[in-house]
Amino acid sequence: MTTASDARADTFPKLLVRNARVRPNRTAFRHKDLGIWQSWTWSEAHEIVRAYASGLQSLGLKRGGKIAIIGYNRPYLYWTIAAAQWLGAVPIPVYADSVAEEMAYVLAHAEVTHAAVQDQEQVDKLLSVSDQLPQLEHVLYDEQKGLRDYDHSRLHAIQSVVEEGRVRLADAQEAENIERSLQDGKGSELAIILYTSGTTGRPKGVMLTSDAVIAAAEIGCDFDKLNETDEIMAYLPIAWVGDHIFSYAQAFLAGLCVNCPESPETVADDRREIGATYVFAPPRIFESMLTLTMVRIEDASALKRRMFHYFIQHANKVGEKILNREPGIGAWDRFLWKLGNVLVYAPLRNRFGMTRVKVGYTAGEAIGPEIFRFYRSIGVNLKQLYGQTEASVYITMQPDGEIRADTVGRPAPQVEIRIADNGEVLYRSPGIFVGYYKDEEKTAETKTPDGFVHSGDAGFFDSNGHLKIIDRAKDVGKMRDGSLFPPKYVENKLKFYPNIKEAVCFGDGRDHVAAFINIDLVAVSNWAERNGVTYASYQELAGHPRVYDMIEKHVDEVNRSLASEPRMGGAQIRRFLILHKELDADDGELTRTQKVRRGFIAERYAPLIQALYDGSTEADISTEVTFEDGRKGVISARVKIRDMKLYPASHTTSLPEAAE
Amino acid sequence: MRAPDHPVMSKGDVLLAVENVSLRFGGVKALTDVSFDIRKSEIRAIIGPNGAGKTSMLNCINGFYYPTEGRITFKGVKRPKMRPYVAARGGIARTFQNVALFKSMSTLDNIMAGRSIKMRSNFFWQLFRHGPAMKEEIEHRRFVEEIIDFLEIQHIRKTPVGRLPYGLQKRVELGRALAMEPELLLLDEPMAGMNLEEKEDMSRFILEVNQQYGTTIALIEHDMGVVMDLSDRVVVLEYGRKIADGTPAEVKGDQRVIDAYLGVAH
Repeated sequence: MTTASDARADTFPKLLVRNARVRPNRTAFRHKDLGIWQSWTWSEAHEIVRAYASGLQSLGLKRGGKIAIIGYNRPYLYWTIAAAQWLGAVPIPVYADSVAEEMAYVLAHAEVTHAAVQDQEQVDKLLSVSDQLPQLEHVLYDEQKGLRDYDHSRLHAIQSVVEEGRVRLADAQEAENIERSLQDGKGSELAIILYTSGTTGRPKGVMLTSDAVIAAAEIGCDFDKLNETDEIMAYLPIAWVGDHIFSYAQAFLAGLCVNCPESPETVADDRREIGATYVFAPPRIFESMLTLTMVRIEDASALKRRMFHYFIQHANKVGEKILNREPGIGAWDRFLWKLGNVLVYAPLRNRFGMTRVKVGYTAGEAIGPEIFRFYRSIGVNLKQLYGQTEASVYITMQPDGEIRADTVGRPAPQVEIRIADNGEVLYRSPGIFVGYYKDEEKTAETKTPDGFVHSGDAGFFDSNGHLKIIDRAKDVGKMRDGSLFPPKYVENKLKFYPNIKEAVCFGDGRDHVAAFINIDLVAVSNWAERNGVTYASYQELAGHPRVYDMIEKHVDEVNRSLASEPRMGGAQIRRFLILHKELDADDGELTRTQKVRRGFIAERYAPLIQALYDGSTEADISTEVTFEDGRKGVISARVKIRDMKLYPASHTTSLPEAAE
Repeated sequence: MRAPDHPVMSKGDVLLAVENVSLRFGGVKALTDVSFDIRKSEIRAIIGPNGAGKTSMLNCINGFYYPTEGRITFKGVKRPKMRPYVAARGGIARTFQNVALFKSMSTLDNIMAGRSIKMRSNFFWQLFRHGPAMKEEIEHRRFVEEIIDFLEIQHIRKTPVGRLPYGLQKRVELGRALAMEPELLLLDEPMAGMNLEEKEDMSRFILEVNQQYGTTIALIEHDMGVVMDLSDRVVVLEYGRKIADGTPAEVKGDQRVIDAYLGVAH
């Protein structure tokens, strides 16, 4: 416990002062500029932040005042957070890529009087909405480029503000003044307001105290044993809670070094140069790295290509087990993995900039199991965690040796979790938020009287005590007998089979679950060719009895797996049919991002749904379709319905509640 | 970018004057009696329909061609017949209609190549990368890094330019021209083949070069929106003759320009 020894350091500026005292010459921040890594030690960072705080004070930033921070990850922007906190002002990081209108909303809602931004682009955005921001007095910028000829009456270079602060601090009175500001700060005061990007409705300002943020940072630092020798790449939006915890809070707490990339495009190279030991990335970044590798390897020489595929296949077999230190791996397999490590895995890790990675995290959305396994099999200790802004990130984490692709792990230390009747996950921890800024109503909706927070996600604990997130809580339905029906969860299980392209499940308020299934033409036609099944059209293939037999097997497996999971047994599929046409965004059945529009489909195929629930074995349907050239036509078909055997739900045991 | 040592010119002075220039290839008249001037620190556009002689004009300015008649004065001195590299030493840099980079060299090396004109240490030292040559190289590298930062191409610093998409190659080419710290920058269709976003980026860079370093820019461009937005003055050529010259607004309203672009029965 790093802070236990220094009880007074209950705010981030105080932690900064401590770092400057305990490890003055360790590198605190790096930023690649003009192709060279510029670095600052903790004592330099402290000197700058202190002067910066004084400079900000001279610009009228006061205790309780608000300052917006907009831009990519830059040391001076992180220092703006620290300098504002030094004065007891509240920093409000804003997503740099949000458009001016969104920015105006957040800035106006937060009543910011100052803004520190990265460059001309952000200055221009603020100026374009300045009429909506009468309270905004001063704008500070990090990069001069293009701003030379701007009116500088309300515009300042951050460097010049720091310089101004240095001049002021030469005065003893002023120095004492700034020291008092530091000591006046308390852990129970607001440290930051983070606006959630808000997939629905307006962004909400999540208020977090220093105590909460420090507590959360402590959870992470202790869990993965982070210390001052660790290096992290700061490249995710500073307005996102993850970056705030990883690149700011944990850096200040553990004294680790924060590296800011040269530009958003150079992150991978910069990470390689630095040799980050602690990595965080959303799944799509891991995905795109893997895709790029797979594409590039096809351009490599035949020898390299064969070597790559051979060893990757071997890693797939044993790599994860070796990483997990599971027993039962033969000496030969171990030797092969070692050889593969020299020839393939280590160079790959180096390419990804992960040679020195102690632990890597992915979160935000579900990661594909095969992608997750790939990284683990080549020796990257990748883990998943489940977190929210309202919890200062940590809700559940995966301890070493208990890493699985399909769960998000056990409750993080000091976090209590309970599952509501509707399947919603509720949590309580020292890191939880105070409330939404200026939104009592939402706060009351989200926080229970006893201090638990509604996560909005539905999930359950599996038999190992790992949390599994299944869907958004509001999408989880209830069947007539009261059992839970998470449509997306069941559909994803079905879609796991390559032969099934799309699935739509119904069951909310019904007696049993029924499903529409779309076959995947590529996979199934391939199968048909190999098995001597002849067909003339998609419709004919979809209705073929042998295709039905095959899909029935898949559905049966899904049912069996559902029956083995707690509270999921009721969601087994009783009846299904294979649709005669592919669901298509042109017909409005899918969104443009290929998500199923369940309600619309239910309406459009009402006769089929009726047939699924009235026991008939066949149903006629005709639907209007839009062809690619915009013409419309009608497809009609007679669709068969299959009945399934259900398994007794094996898990009726009560749920592990409030696991510690 | 440093100001030239001599002769000192201020904004608005005539930097380059083209007087009654004609250019003939055998019987083909590429340019006929064209006169206009380029003033210090302005953005001057040369426009006209295909085959109007725009690129020929640019080639005359940077010494690739020598006018058959008429004269070109640069900084008050009449230009003798010269090779392009002499023009380059004199402070004129250009980019080409079709990207002309060293395809297998990296972005960094391509831009460094533009710096070679400023290298002072002799071949011997450069061969060994020691002593004065090393010191000089570090200085030049710093300058090149500033250009890379300026053009936001850090991520392709070490990528061979042949692998880059067209829009980025254009940017690298601009970088190489900037590395020469030119007084006059000639851009031959800097935005040809670019999408809207790339065009906006390029426009931003051109304006910034002009405003931040005071570099005089002459550009050929077909995108009228870009020309009208960027340039201070526009000269219009048609069939090798000048048909209009003035501010974008003046040129836009000129009947002969409208005819040239919309086509009219001759």
